[in-house]
Amino acid sequence: MTAGVLTPVILISAMALTTMALRFLPFLLFGKHTPTYISYLGKVLPQALIALLVVYCLKDVSVTTHPFGTPELIAAVSVVAMQARKRNAVLSILLGTGIYMVLIRLF
Amino acid sequence: MEVVRKAFFRSLPVMAGYVVLGIGFGIMLHNAGYGVLWAAAMSVFIYAGSMQYVGIGLLTGGASVITTIITTVMVNARHLFYSISMIDKYKNTGKYKPYLIFALTDETYSLLCEDDDHTEETINRYRFFVSLFNQCYWVAGSVIGSLLGAVLPFSTKGIEFSMTALFIASFAEQWITSKDHIPALTGLLSTGLCLIVFGAERFLIPAMLLITLVLTLVRKREEGSR
Repeated sequence: MTAGVLTPVILISAMALTTMALRFLPFLLFGKHTPTYISYLGKVLPQALIALLVVYCLKDVSVTTHPFGTPELIAAVSVVAMQARKRNAVLSILLGTGIYMVLIRLF
Repeated sequence: MEVVRKAFFRSLPVMAGYVVLGIGFGIMLHNAGYGVLWAAAMSVFIYAGSMQYVGIGLLTGGASVITTIITTVMVNARHLFYSISMIDKYKNTGKYKPYLIFALTDETYSLLCEDDDHTEETINRYRFFVSLFNQCYWVAGSVIGSLLGAVLPFSTKGIEFSMTALFIASFAEQWITSKDHIPALTGLLSTGLCLIVFGAERFLIPAMLLITLVLTLVRKREEGSR
């Protein structure tokens, strides 16, 4: 090992503890008595955050250069269509991923 | 056992994504000079995918503790929001609670934030096993990647789309089951707008703030109209 062991241990601990703090903080602050505003956010945030994650996953897709995000678009539409039809997430994901893997090799 | 089986099937879509992304992480960390124990330790104790990728740069770049903490807060701020939205759901999770909170990644969140038709007694075990299976995939992927180094026998290019597909399927399912589409549209439009304005590298935090602001204003308006 080239690097010392202590520094990476400290840095990894810092990352781990900070991530834990972010995950636990809302529960520690609002777990006992949840203000109605926080409850409201808890109800509406999931849908908004899933939308955020979808955009986040597609953030590096370029619509101005070849293949203009076509594989992503076709795969995404097939996931939505399959989900609307069968309501089975595993099926939708397998279909979408399969189509995507084929398409990126064709384009 | 029925609960464990259900949890396993629910976690299957995450398996493909986590193993592949974990392998990618393990390979990169290996190439940066940190072997399999480091990979396993990071995946067990940090357990936050994108942060671990960023963390490789922090380790090799000789970052300070302060820089590391600030970077972690920036990259992982969204976990505050996941936790806020799970406060009510995780209220009566008893002994499982600490692990459920610790293991609340993007993917686990997207599986567990939807309402499930489990009974009072089984739902907490179900949530625990979904969370645990997901972390097992992630740790296994990291370890495999670290051991394999850069030699993979087949091309898995594109399999990372399973993560995207998972989020799209969750989005579609929530859209179908809910009457009020304002939160979903707020998320989509706010994030899209921030992506255009701030660029792919730094849109995440502005997007989360904008979403919170818009949803807060929507609530104010609804209260006013009542």
